[in-house]
Order: sequence, then structure tokens, then C-alpha cells
Amino acid sequence: MARIELDLAHAYKPNPQRDEDYALLPLKMDFVDGGAYALLGPSGCGKTTMLNIISGLVTPSHGTVKFDGKDVTALSPQQRNIAQVFQFPVIYDTMTVAENLAFPLRNRGVAPERIKQRVGVIAEMLEMSAQLDMRAAGLAADAKQKISLGRGLVREDVSAVLFDEPLTVIDPHLKWQLRRKLKQIHHELKLTLIYVTHDQVEALTFADQVVVMTRGRAVQVGSATELFERPQHTFVGHFIGSPGMNFLPAALVPNAPAGATALGIRPEYVTLAATNVAGTVHGVVTQAQDIGTYWLVTARVDAGQVVRARISPEHAVPKVGDAVWLGIVGGHTCYYNNEELVA
Amino acid sequence: MKPVNQKAWFLILPVVICVAFSAILPLMTVVNYSVQDIISPERRVFVGTEWFKAVMRDEDLHAALWRQMVYSCSVLLIEIPLGIALALSMPAQGRRASLVLVLVAISLLIPWNVVGTIWQIYGRTDIGLLGAGLAWLGVDYSYTGSARDAWVTVLVMDIWHWTPLVALLCYAGLRSIPDAYYQAARIDGASRLAVFRYIQLPKLRGVLMIAVLLRFMDSFMIYTEPFVLTGGGPGNATTFLSQYLTQKAVGQFDLGPAAAFSLIYFLIILLLCFVLYNWMQRVGTSEKEASHG
Repeated sequence: MARIELDLAHAYKPNPQRDEDYALLPLKMDFVDGGAYALLGPSGCGKTTMLNIISGLVTPSHGTVKFDGKDVTALSPQQRNIAQVFQFPVIYDTMTVAENLAFPLRNRGVAPERIKQRVGVIAEMLEMSAQLDMRAAGLAADAKQKISLGRGLVREDVSAVLFDEPLTVIDPHLKWQLRRKLKQIHHELKLTLIYVTHDQVEALTFADQVVVMTRGRAVQVGSATELFERPQHTFVGHFIGSPGMNFLPAALVPNAPAGATALGIRPEYVTLAATNVAGTVHGVVTQAQDIGTYWLVTARVDAGQVVRARISPEHAVPKVGDAVWLGIVGGHTCYYNNEELVA
Repeated sequence: MKPVNQKAWFLILPVVICVAFSAILPLMTVVNYSVQDIISPERRVFVGTEWFKAVMRDEDLHAALWRQMVYSCSVLLIEIPLGIALALSMPAQGRRASLVLVLVAISLLIPWNVVGTIWQIYGRTDIGLLGAGLAWLGVDYSYTGSARDAWVTVLVMDIWHWTPLVALLCYAGLRSIPDAYYQAARIDGASRLAVFRYIQLPKLRGVLMIAVLLRFMDSFMIYTEPFVLTGGGPGNATTFLSQYLTQKAVGQFDLGPAAAFSLIYFLIILLLCFVLYNWMQRVGTSEKEASHG
């Protein structure tokens, strides 16, 4: 177990000049020992690169990686004692489940009795004890992914367990089970877990701290609430939430803070007002959808932008074509300048 | 009862006709020859299984069969590991990879009889690079004079000609292994040998099976290269089965025994391929059975 500190940048090309040449722009980040983290972002944002740098599969072109204050930048994954679970389950075809689980220990020359004991413990934890003597190649994807995970956990002294979109090939109803299993393992073993995903639900339910990334930059690190209530960057506002945050020119409201060019408000906090009161904008409803527990109302304001609002069905829901006043200023309104949060 | 649509038979008629002309009819002709004594085109006598009995008792044939088995086994034992090693050492991508691929494939593009001619000249002690080189080193080498040298030369020639095929098949197999396997192995702390044993070799099983079967069948039917290089000599040292067969059928015009032998030859290849295939299919799974105990 280890505290991981990153202070680095990475470019796959030699001689990076512009920002676009970098897979990861210069960043500083700490992962606390025993924390559950998620790296969240769209494809190509650099999250897998960051994960591979932590595990040691990729050496950063600039800067350092430290585990517990010790510089491990030049060390191999084996020396860092990292466990990593990949997108597609990796199992050794010719081995049984037990042999698969024992493989990392055997490679490190651990005594056979000790291996047997550890494999037993891990199989118990993963609920795979009955399958130990089965050939791993014949198992279903979720069982194979559990084996990959088990191969990481079988080493007691593992520094951190890294997951690279591990649930991609798993059936939806099993996803939920595996995710619960991961939570439980985190709770029992107090390991540092870092989880890469592009699915916000997965990230927000799994992790205590979510790192939101876009175009090689970590734009915000925070808990689910922080990401939802105070997005530090307009990208976070867009990416988190369903649908994402509404953004409007700050000039639409009278008393926006100085320097703010845009305001953002979550659809959950947009209100319907009867008349033109302070902090509202006028618009016309273009769509009203019943989502079950709420209505999603889409309106086009006079300035041309689209605003989405989640309206609970107890209220009178406006129909398409109705003129409405939308309340967009309140305690939950965020102001941005140049995509960064200012107030 | 369900109605049966017999019209479908017409759809397979073209295939039946093609296969009949290309395979069944020629084979039946051979069967026909094998039970008759053909004295002249007009005179033939039915002899039953006599030719088969004669062929089974033929000492020369036993010797040729034995020679053939040793040869084919040597070919497999050398070409398969060598091909795997070659594939492992070939660069995975970039300009060098394409260059190496072309270089490796060159020998596969050369026609069989030309390969024989190349080695015939290559091995000559007066003007051949190999023969003259060995003579210069003081090695007493002559593929025309020494039975052992002739046999070894035919073997080396086959290795030179066909190892690249095995290498290319394995190379393709290796390229299809996802990177995640190598990354996982690094994280699990696997040695280079363990990566080969537990990742690469199991993933190569499919292509290796094809390589083994192809090389076995081809080497078991080898004809052109020894024919050009040594003509089956010196003595009978490089007279393999098909050479022997040709001598009988074309050289001595013993069509009956030659036909009987062709059929036996055909069955031997079929049987051995069947055994090899089943054995290789089972290699992966039997390991699991063994580890259960």
C-alpha cells in the first residue's frame, strides 16, 4: 500500500511543442494511501496513459512518479508491486483458476504452502472456491475478470490496484455485482484503488474521489457532490450529470460577478417562474419529455441558447410552444470565465 | 411427415461433377489398376489383392517408408522450433518489419525444381559456395558420393526452403496476441520464458497445428527437390516414397503394384494426419487433466 504522487507530463512523440503533442499536460496529483479513485473522461483524454504511468507500463517523458515519497519513475511494474486489471480479461489459457491465481506468487518464488493459502483466501473473497480446479479458458467473461483481479490481490503487499475500464465486456446485471465486490474488497483490504472509466455512474458510485480529465488535463478532483454542485471547469459541468449543466452568457442576468462571462446551472436547479421576476429569462418550450420520475423540459431562450430543466410532475408542466420564465439564478448557480469557475 | 424438397440435390450437382472429375474418377482409375495386371493396353487380367500383398512384402518399399518417416520427423523437429524462434526474433512493426518479412518469404517464392538446381550447384565441391567452402575447411563432403551427405543435404535444403513458412505462420499468430497479455505478464512478474510458455505458445497452438500438418504432408510427399539434386541416390539414400513410386510406375511401368502402393501411401498420409491433428487438438486440454491430479 502506498501514497502515490505524480508530478509529470507525458508525450508519446519526441520533442513536444504544442499542447496537442502531449498525451498528458503537466500535472501534479496525489493519491492518498487507501483511497478509492476514479479517472473519468471521454476516450482519448489521457486517463489510460496516466494509469499506465502509475503502473510503470509507460515511463513519463517528463517528471516523476513517487510511491510513499520514493522515486519509482524508472522502476518496472514488478518492482513497483502494482496490480492492474485490463479492459479485456487476461487469463493464462492453459492454467486452471488456481494456477492463474498462483502465477504472480510463483514468479516471485513464494513457498508452495504460502501460495496455496493465499490462493484459498482470495478465491474465498471472490467467491470462486468451487471453480479453483476448472480450466480458466472455459469460464465466462465476468469470472475471467475476477481472476485478473484475483491475480492482483493475491500479493498481500501490493502497492495499489489499478483498473482500466474493467467492466466493459461484462453483462449489465453482473456489472453491478462486480462493482459491489470491488467496494467490499476496498473496504476489507484498505488498498489504494484507481479506476479508469468513461461512465460517470461507474466512477461516482465506485470512487471517493473522482478525477475528471479532458484533452490530457485533469480539470477537477473531487467527490461526487463537489463535481455536481461546483464544477471547476465547464467541461465537468457538461460531462457530469444527465443531462449536463446549462451554460448561458453571464450578461443575461443583472448582477453577475465581475469578470464572469458565462453562468452555469444544473437542470435540477432551474425553476419555472410565473412572471418576469429577477433572475429569470424568457423562453419558449421546444420539448417536454416524461422521464418517469420527472419531466425534462427543453426551452429556447430569446438569446438563442437551449436550457434544460428537470421539473417534478407535481408542478404544472408546460406544453410545447408555451412561453415560460426560467429561474436560473440561485444558490446553485456557478459563474465561469474562460471555462474556469470564478464564483 | 415433413415434406422433403429433393430439388436441393440439383444445387450441389456442379460440385459433384467437379469433384468427380478432379478427384473421384482419377482415384477410381488407380483402384482399377491396383487389382489388375495390365499386360498391354488391350490385355488385362484381374488379380485381386495380389499386388497389395506383393507391395506389403517389398523390402525396398519398407526401407523407403522408414527413410521417409525419419526424414519427415526430422523436418518437423527442426523446422517447427526454428520457425518459432525466427518468428520471435522478427521485428514487430515499422519499416524493418516489412523488410524482414520480404526477406524471409523469398525462399518460398522459388519453384521446387529451381530449389533443387540451386542446391545442386551450391553443394558442388568444385564451384559451389557450400561444397567448395566445406572442402576448403577440410571437410570431406560430397552429396553425390556419400549417402549421409546426400541425406543431410536434402534435409538442409528443405529446412532452407520451408522454415520461412512456419516462421510466417507463427509471426502472424504472435501479432494477433493483444498487448494486454504482455502487460499483465509484466505486472505478474513473469519471466521471458514464462511469457513464452504460458502466453505465446498456447496462443500459437492454432497456427502451429496448420504448420505441422502442412510441413508433414509436404515433406511426406517430397519429390522434385531430391529428384533434381540427387535423383534418389547415391544408392537408395534419398529415395523417398514418391520417388520410389515414380520409379515403379513410370520407370518400370509396373502400373498394378504402383497403383496398389499409391493407395496404401494415400491411406498412410491420411492416417498420420488424422493422428497428428487429434493429438495436437488434445495437447492443450490434456494439460488441464494432468494438473487436476
